[in-house]
Amino acid sequence: MNSDEDVTDEYIEDVLSDTMDIYGYDFSGYSRASIRRRIVRLYSMDNFTNFAAFRYQLRSDVKYFSRFLEQVTVNVTEMFRDPDFFQLLRSRVLPVLGTYPFIRIWIAGCSTGEEAYSMAIILKELNLLHKSLIYATDLNEVVLSKAAKAYFPLQKMQTYTENYLKAGGQKDFSDYYTANYNLAKFDSDLKQKIIFSTHNLVSENSFNQFQLILCRNVLIYFDRRLQIKVLELFNNSLENLGYIGLGSKESLEYSSIYNKYERLTGAKIWRKIRE
Amino acid sequence: MEEDQGINKQLLIIGGSAGSLEVISFLLPKIILPIAYSIVVVIHRKQGIDDLLTGLLQNDCPLPVREAHEKEEIRSGTVYLAPPDYHLLFENNKTFSLDHSEKVNFSRPSIDVSFESASHVYKENLLGLLLSGANQDGTTGIKQIKKMGGRIIIQDPQSAAFPYMPTNAIQVTKPDAVLAKEEMTTFIHNHFSNIAANEKG
Repeated sequence: MNSDEDVTDEYIEDVLSDTMDIYGYDFSGYSRASIRRRIVRLYSMDNFTNFAAFRYQLRSDVKYFSRFLEQVTVNVTEMFRDPDFFQLLRSRVLPVLGTYPFIRIWIAGCSTGEEAYSMAIILKELNLLHKSLIYATDLNEVVLSKAAKAYFPLQKMQTYTENYLKAGGQKDFSDYYTANYNLAKFDSDLKQKIIFSTHNLVSENSFNQFQLILCRNVLIYFDRRLQIKVLELFNNSLENLGYIGLGSKESLEYSSIYNKYERLTGAKIWRKIRE
Repeated sequence: MEEDQGINKQLLIIGGSAGSLEVISFLLPKIILPIAYSIVVVIHRKQGIDDLLTGLLQNDCPLPVREAHEKEEIRSGTVYLAPPDYHLLFENNKTFSLDHSEKVNFSRPSIDVSFESASHVYKENLLGLLLSGANQDGTTGIKQIKKMGGRIIIQDPQSAAFPYMPTNAIQVTKPDAVLAKEEMTTFIHNHFSNIAANEKG
């Protein structure tokens, strides 16, 4: 394990300004405790012996920056994560949106796509998928290309099946995929209504109007100021009476948009009630 | 000590796994008051029982016991619990951050992750306490607390329900004390009293 005292706060700041100056990725609003840990972890994993060498590699090798981007951002996700959340989407949110002629959903920070496919499955079971479009975005192209393949490890299917059933799933979960060696390949009709695309919440603007925005376990990696900025971006991208869903430890409470929203009882889901 | 109330400078961080809950619920009601430090508890536990655990530890504990919230200011005289299924981290401005990255030592929250993060922020103002457990989480972290200038206590493996974790830690670092649960509150009290006395000069 790498020794913490070798990596000073100044080193971390240097790396973050490099990523901005050379590659245009702005991590200045990221929570330092978390990104620091991720950088130390990468440095240690890749067996660097001094920080100057690590910084040189990062500055001079665009391929290494791509690895940096994938490893330093957190890409841990699962299908139907927090089943109660998806159960509420299914029972209380999507039936309301189902009365609209067309449903636009944005999954911001979708990582390898598990939540996008979860959403498509629920929409399909509610017979709404044909009139829905899911925009699944992430700042990282590598995870998006994984997401677009619709392959997930077969060993995770037991957990995902349990989550799916707890979330109110009504079918045999294995109907949605075919096992292929150690991978589960999800049906391509789920993917037809998902658009995977890069979008950086830090630097890019609103690109559409949505009725539902999910952004779960992304804001925890941002400092308060950036959290508020991103929530304002969501507010500007959400139609009136639309919904925002956040991660189990995230909230709208401290943001300027809070008084425009009403929280669904017991859920990390808020509905926009005022423009 | 009164003027220090509310300002978080000193931290007691407690890590434990199997067999540690009994020690923590023994310890918290016996903490000698008032205290001018914060207490953070990182314990391995299953998802979904968090409210139960907070309530359980609040029982008989005169200090407020709460789950740590992300970006929340760390206050003196408060006991914070790491939420289940997140790593608990510390920012330089003495607030919490949460992290849902990969498990470490098969654990999330991981004791190593919180101990290392706290040691970076609190340095010599940190007292680490590692309790009973059946895996090796905590070993790297408690070593790091010591290395960054903090002091460390490890539960006496002979008194631990699951001695593997404290035994493993003792093998790689030199604890300031190896104690049975009955001896811990006095050590903790003396540690923080000495610091307060030194600060007053």
